[in-house]
Amino acid sequence: MTFEMLLQMFPIALMFAAPIILTALGGLFSERSGIVNIALEGIMMVGAFTGATVTVLLEESTPAAAWYGLLAGLAAGLVFSILHAVASINLKADQVISGTALNILAGGLTVYLCQIIFHQQRTRAFSNGIQKMTVPLLSRIPVLGRMLFIENYPTIYIAVAAVLLTWFVVYKTPLGLRMRACGEHPQAAASMGINVYRMRYFGVLVSGALGGLGGAVMVLTADIQYTLVSIHGTGFISLASLVFGKWNPFGVLGAGLFFGFSTALSFYAKDIPLLASLPGEFFYILPYLLTIVALVAFAGKSVGPKAAGEIYDSGKR
Amino acid sequence: MSYIVEMLHITKDFPGIRANDDITLQIEERSIHALLGENGAGKSTLMSILFGLYQPDGGTIRVRGREVKISDPNVATSLGIGMVHQHFKLVHNFTVTENIVLGMEPRKGPIIDIREAEKRVEEISKLYGLAVDPRARIEDISVGMQQRVEILKMLYRNAEILIFDEPTAVLTPQEIHELMQIMRKLVTEGKTILLITHKLKEIKEVADVCTVLRRGKLIGTVPVSETSEARMAEMMVGRQVSFHVEKSPARPGATLLRIEHLNVKTAKGVLGVRDLSLEVRAGEVLGLCGIEGNGQTELVQAITGLTRPESGRILLRDRDITHLSIKERTDAGIGHIPEDRQKHGLVLDFTLGENFIIHNYYEPPFARYGILNRKKIQENAERLIREFDVRSGQGALTAARSMSGGNQQKAIVAREIDRSPDVFIVAQPTRGLDVGAIEYIHKRIIEERDKGKAILLVSLELDEIMDVSDRIAVIYNGSIVAIVDAASTDENQLGLMMSGAYRPATAAAAQE
Amino acid sequence: MTARREKIVLPLIAVLLGFLLGSIIVIATGRSPLAMIGAIVKGFTGIDLLNPDVPFNPRYIGEFIIQAMPIILTGLAFAFASRTGLFSIGAEGQLMMGSLAATAVALLVKAPKVVHLPLVLLAAILAGALWGAIPGLLKAAFNVHEVVVTIMMNYIALHVNNYTILNIFGSVDRIKTAPFAPTALLKDPWLESITNGSRLNWGFIPVILALLIFSFIINRTTFGFSLRAVGYNKEAARYAGMKVNRNIVASMMIAGAFAGLAGAVITVGTFTFGRALPSAEGYGFDGIAVALVGGNEALGILLAGMLFGGLKAAQPLMQSQGIPREIAGIIQASIVLFVAMKFGIKMVLQKFERKQAPSTEGDRV
Repeated sequence: MTFEMLLQMFPIALMFAAPIILTALGGLFSERSGIVNIALEGIMMVGAFTGATVTVLLEESTPAAAWYGLLAGLAAGLVFSILHAVASINLKADQVISGTALNILAGGLTVYLCQIIFHQQRTRAFSNGIQKMTVPLLSRIPVLGRMLFIENYPTIYIAVAAVLLTWFVVYKTPLGLRMRACGEHPQAAASMGINVYRMRYFGVLVSGALGGLGGAVMVLTADIQYTLVSIHGTGFISLASLVFGKWNPFGVLGAGLFFGFSTALSFYAKDIPLLASLPGEFFYILPYLLTIVALVAFAGKSVGPKAAGEIYDSGKR
Repeated sequence: MSYIVEMLHITKDFPGIRANDDITLQIEERSIHALLGENGAGKSTLMSILFGLYQPDGGTIRVRGREVKISDPNVATSLGIGMVHQHFKLVHNFTVTENIVLGMEPRKGPIIDIREAEKRVEEISKLYGLAVDPRARIEDISVGMQQRVEILKMLYRNAEILIFDEPTAVLTPQEIHELMQIMRKLVTEGKTILLITHKLKEIKEVADVCTVLRRGKLIGTVPVSETSEARMAEMMVGRQVSFHVEKSPARPGATLLRIEHLNVKTAKGVLGVRDLSLEVRAGEVLGLCGIEGNGQTELVQAITGLTRPESGRILLRDRDITHLSIKERTDAGIGHIPEDRQKHGLVLDFTLGENFIIHNYYEPPFARYGILNRKKIQENAERLIREFDVRSGQGALTAARSMSGGNQQKAIVAREIDRSPDVFIVAQPTRGLDVGAIEYIHKRIIEERDKGKAILLVSLELDEIMDVSDRIAVIYNGSIVAIVDAASTDENQLGLMMSGAYRPATAAAAQE
Repeated sequence: MTARREKIVLPLIAVLLGFLLGSIIVIATGRSPLAMIGAIVKGFTGIDLLNPDVPFNPRYIGEFIIQAMPIILTGLAFAFASRTGLFSIGAEGQLMMGSLAATAVALLVKAPKVVHLPLVLLAAILAGALWGAIPGLLKAAFNVHEVVVTIMMNYIALHVNNYTILNIFGSVDRIKTAPFAPTALLKDPWLESITNGSRLNWGFIPVILALLIFSFIINRTTFGFSLRAVGYNKEAARYAGMKVNRNIVASMMIAGAFAGLAGAVITVGTFTFGRALPSAEGYGFDGIAVALVGGNEALGILLAGMLFGGLKAAQPLMQSQGIPREIAGIIQASIVLFVAMKFGIKMVLQKFERKQAPSTEGDRV
């Protein structure tokens, strides 16, 4: 593989990394507050559907349609995640089951609405998604400028900003301290007067917003319309990124980039002599395979929030 | 007379049980008021009501003469009520300071001002002589220190009324002594203390007044200086109790369990048991005492096969069992009453009958050709329930989860004794049980001893070790520092040895 | 409420709430819930309430049964792992590998039906079991959580299936393989004729056997005893000397076997050729729904499988009534969500019962 090819891979890798990072950060908020969120896949689907739909419907009237699409995706993900919050926080549902139910629901609901709105099993194709951009000044930096600032989707900058903001909120503010306490030892948090339910709601809703945004980012950069398979497991890969990233925002950034590149590799494999002989399916498999390999490699080492997945009941001690 | 806290005619119901029945508790300012009762007497419920964790179904609460409604812990805090929980409520990967300021963080703009927080923690710690490092992580400090962090949490919130829930259960005698001093210091500084306990000695040592509860009812409130321990015990249990275990002198025989130079790693990968050697003979109870976390758990797990030792040998009747599986050891004659009955001793969602056959479910008569014989399982359960007086609602079909702690433990004891192993590893057999169940289990342990079994009793309760054992081995930092005759030692000596402060000359010489 | 009654009443309430929510969504999007209910009734019974000209068509019963068969099997797969305390989302991938193995044996082996068909089924069972063994082994050896691994294995299975069908079995049209020999098929003209040309086939025989085997293993055998012990409390099972890791692997393999069989039932029953798939078909998730609603018991799984099978069979009928077919998935997901909320539903019921209590006691006296 030539250096030139590596440089060419950057925009595609970053395009795929952005939704993974955003969604995984969402997962970070949810799990740090103590709620396992396997529904990220479904949340991304809802965000992607809404993002695509709003973009299609608005593009006649505004050139910024795709940006409204992103916002709409964020809002839709947030609303959808309320279901997970109500089920697992108030009604004490098993969080994995509730998440699974939402994933099934998202598939049904989005395509159902496609049929209602567009009379087909997918949204209409939008003519313009989020546009690539070149950052003035920064793009002149040798090599680095080429990698990061020329003809890239701005979504990666949003993702990196989200990483920094997440780090600040989670580790520097009282809110973050309290949220983490709820994920580690909710009874301790409650005994200090913290409303565990409220903190967990916060965690889940932020995960909904970021997951919805991630879904919208994905469809508006890497696709031309929303279909049932637009997300094809990216939500689960985000969940895996959270695990390798050890529930830390910068770790999530690294893991997201890793998966971004592994996906980008499938696009360039045919140009790389050693890899060209491998079937295309091999590269489709690669991110999933790497996830398993990484899970095994990190087994036992990465420890998530202690109380994530546990049902919290304020009446019990 | 002025009371700082008055709980009047408090009633609290849980599904199927009245935990508090018309209880009145009045506490004088700047006193240490003990609340005495067995497990399940309603002490913790009453204190949880005062701390705002539960709402009473009836009755009123007054603080400083004013009627209040304590709807959640925040209200309690604002009234100056704080609680040191029995199971510490500390976040393990947070620092001491983070745990203390959680929920009331000093800020600089939107950011937590951690320097300021540390400074304040240090100041309070100094004022009450607590000597806590504000920057240490909870998981790195001792249990005694963790308790002080709990105390600091209340002091940071300017609590005036401090509730201590069974504070000494996890402490060494020396740490207990220090805690008593801290409590007195707190009272001289103007605080009021409510001490929940079932240990009479502590009440005698430190409390001014004692209120006794039994089965959710108020039995009475007495001045401690004018009431004997025996009288308080009688009030607590409802009958005269002798805390002394009836037993004849041991007649030890051959060595059944021999441990040679054993090294075992903890779950964290450091050596928990170091070069430990020990012998248990037929017909004796060897008590193993030590502070929690000094290698007891690892030793028990190595003997029963739950962890593999790094090196050393374990011999059962001179047969090397070091590398056998759990199953093979069970078959070879090791019996085990695990320290955590709900986590390890029972499958709570199984029926009682299923729990009784958990070791030998695959053998005749319970199964043939891999198929279970329900009738035989049922008969077996009925026999054990009868012989060991296990109280269960629906006999063999009772879900283990629905049984009381005492009956759960009886079921485990029944199962293990019925298998008639040569060597019994008994860990924390009476933790959290009431006096009746404790007496019963001690009696059965002695009976097994008298049948010629070798018994290794591991307990954190010094009284239990001293009452039941014939010989006592003291474990410290993974090694046996001394083995003494139960009849010729006392609490102080054991306590010093447990804390590593004192070693008898012989043991020390052997260690060098 | 007793535990037993609860096991029956709570799923029923969840099912009712699911249909209620589905109806609300249909109304909210301007469609007729009556048309939906009509389609569902027709999907289950073949009775047409809306069209008096053809009041009964047994073809729908046949279609409803073939829809129920695979999801009963994936339901058993989820439930079996679940009884050992594992949350396996891997039935989808195990099913695909079963389907692929069935395709291979169907295409490559030439033998009379009495040999060929059992070989096809066996190959599918084995392939599913082996695919299931992988997450089992990873869990046992490295304590890697099975949820993420099984999800990843599903995607891997999809692409392995597609690669093999397209490149090795010489796909005719980039979608499917050549048709199988009749000796490999579960199909039977007689079954088709009595159900007016449905795709009904002998697949229900292995499904019934699977249900019986599931119930027998779990409830009657020592193996099932140890699996349940591990499922309820891994630590206690280890204390009792059970081989926890071996049980985890065995349980995942048996679960995989059920799912693998489902793959064969689809491939040599519903279809007559191997298929490349654009994406997962959702049998795995259907199975989770079936098992959860069925309370992880054989009888419950049978009933829940029939419920969701009927719903699937009604999908084309709904579509023809102008109601998007995805409403079935929405109803199914809502039912699962309501089942998951059982504690919440129980709390509501208890409040209700407490209010009722004095009057009912009065009645009894």
